[in-house]
Amino acid sequence: MSEGGRPRSIRVLIAKPGLDGHDVGAKVVAHALREAGMEVIYTGLRRTPEEIARAAVQEAVDVVGLSVLSGAHLPLCEAVSRALAREGVGDALLLVGGVIPERDRPGLASLGFKGVFPFGSRLDEVVTFIREHVR
Amino acid sequence: MTAPPKEAGPRPVVLESGVEVKASYGSEEVARACAALPPLPRDAGEDAIGRPGEYPFTRGIHPLMYRKQPWTMRQYAGFGTAAETNARFKYLIAQGQTGLNVAFDLPTQCGLDSDDPRAAAEVGRVGMAVDTVLDLEEAFAGIDLQKVTVSLTINAVAPILLAMVASIAKRRGIDPKRLRGTLQNDILKEFIGRGTWIFPVDPSIKLIGDTVEFCAREMPLYSPVSVCGYHIRESGATPVQEMACAFLIARAYTDHALSRGLGIDEFASRLSFNFDIYGNLFEQVAKFRAGRRLWARIMREEYGAKDPRSCWMRMIAGGGGGGLTVEQPELNIVRGAYYALISALSGTQTMALCSYDEAFTIPSERAARISLRTMQILVEEMGLCDTVDPLGGSWYVETLTHQLEAEIRRAMEEIQKEGGIVAGVKDGRIQARVARQAYQRQRDLESGKLRKVGVNCYRGQGDEAEIAFHPFDPAQAQAQAQRLAEVRRRRDSDAARRALERVREAAAGGANTVPPLIEAVEAHATLGEMVGALREVYGGYVEPVRFA
Repeated sequence: MSEGGRPRSIRVLIAKPGLDGHDVGAKVVAHALREAGMEVIYTGLRRTPEEIARAAVQEAVDVVGLSVLSGAHLPLCEAVSRALAREGVGDALLLVGGVIPERDRPGLASLGFKGVFPFGSRLDEVVTFIREHVR
Repeated sequence: MTAPPKEAGPRPVVLESGVEVKASYGSEEVARACAALPPLPRDAGEDAIGRPGEYPFTRGIHPLMYRKQPWTMRQYAGFGTAAETNARFKYLIAQGQTGLNVAFDLPTQCGLDSDDPRAAAEVGRVGMAVDTVLDLEEAFAGIDLQKVTVSLTINAVAPILLAMVASIAKRRGIDPKRLRGTLQNDILKEFIGRGTWIFPVDPSIKLIGDTVEFCAREMPLYSPVSVCGYHIRESGATPVQEMACAFLIARAYTDHALSRGLGIDEFASRLSFNFDIYGNLFEQVAKFRAGRRLWARIMREEYGAKDPRSCWMRMIAGGGGGGLTVEQPELNIVRGAYYALISALSGTQTMALCSYDEAFTIPSERAARISLRTMQILVEEMGLCDTVDPLGGSWYVETLTHQLEAEIRRAMEEIQKEGGIVAGVKDGRIQARVARQAYQRQRDLESGKLRKVGVNCYRGQGDEAEIAFHPFDPAQAQAQAQRLAEVRRRRDSDAARRALERVREAAAGGANTVPPLIEAVEAHATLGEMVGALREVYGGYVEPVRFA
């Protein structure tokens, strides 16, 4: 979208659902996306799926990125995906990062999480993926 | 006369702490680095290195160290249910482990009962679930708590776990005055990294004061606090900042305890530390030697401690999750072996060695056994227990020790000048600083500026081996919730309610909460109920959300 000819920057919500308090990765990714010219909103820890969905609506984001290191990524991604659909933000690009085994990729994809960035992913991969998938 | 042409020297080497390393060292470097420090105590010898077991303890807190007794081996363990955890504890003890290190699940750490909707999907996942004292009792069934010391990795709800431990000891007829063990109980670092806070900063510090005061009076051999530089380092701090933050946090708890009327020698000897180990071997060893001396000097020179034990920087080391990689994970076994070597050369009291699968999950039985064997190889085959502080007297290590003490002092002063650690944590400044550094570190790893084998150099095909997660069984979580429902049904609800009311009154009146928490524990009040009573008075923490 352009406003007065100037392209609107991509808006990203980085969120920590569940009780996991490891936020280094979430903050590092948030930082990298901001350096790449995106508008980044970080929720802080222990946000409920409803809080994340409401923030996504309020901030009119193009991307919602979750960070989960506790192993609870499947149920948490499912809950966030449902909350987003309820709030009518089903079209946001969904990403998840953290401690995520390869075998969970199909399950996450079926929940709408197109981008899966396990521990060890490069920051540039995340930036490129978002640029390629947000029109 | 013309100056001789400048030789192209070797490329500069700068440690994470900012200290430049020379190509070789001699006694003059040691003397120069020593002269840059504040005047050293006369009884420490002119170079302040001194003797092991003597103030300022640069070379170790005991004269004989491992010659008398090797470090305590305390691998992190805890899963799902109390029964499963108990089985792992017994396995580790049978393998020669000499202490226990209990992992709790996130609902327990965050003060939620297993049937709380916010706990859904997390019960028993990263550690054991504790809803009532009965769970902890079952985890320790058949384990002699006077022979095997237990460390509890618990923070915001530490007063409640202490109450449970006191209650179990009482039921088993153990004299509380003789019970040893450790609570992690370092809430300020939870605000910086790790994130299992519940209450706002000030009441959280007050609760730590409750445990320190209770232990000083009733359980004098128990260690109520293990101040963790570890998680601050893992969140992005340099080794120097790790020590600086840990000491400032320890001072914050010390100041609070003093303000409640305790004498320094009534509790200081029971404070301990938990430090990170990954990084440059010599920098790490020097960090601990410098830290030991500086902490001793702070305690004696600034707090006037008379008991030498108050000046001991007792520590647990061996964890270095941030140094492990998902690429070529078997290399983590090798890294772990070096971390154990560093810990032993540093004179640690306890080792909890990170397992090769730590970057992914709570350790598997195999990974925990390999870590334990790694430590046992150092003891039995490598001669690490033969003599105290074997690197002492190395010109390089002694120079670095002096330089790192100076750097840690500088880092402490910098934070003090900005208003101190408590204010820095409250407004999120400390968190933002380590987060910026973590970002820079990640960039340096990706650019190859920071070399990491298997990550940005010496990569191979098929590096990304899949590591097994500890299996999560939703049925187990359900069983835990049922077990809790059963306790609620069977207990005397009026007694539980009255006990919880006394917890609330103690908190509201500023009294020590541990004695009424023991009553509540014994009335089978749940962890979530006890947290609820405290929360009514203290409210909840609101995170200053900043990422840069």
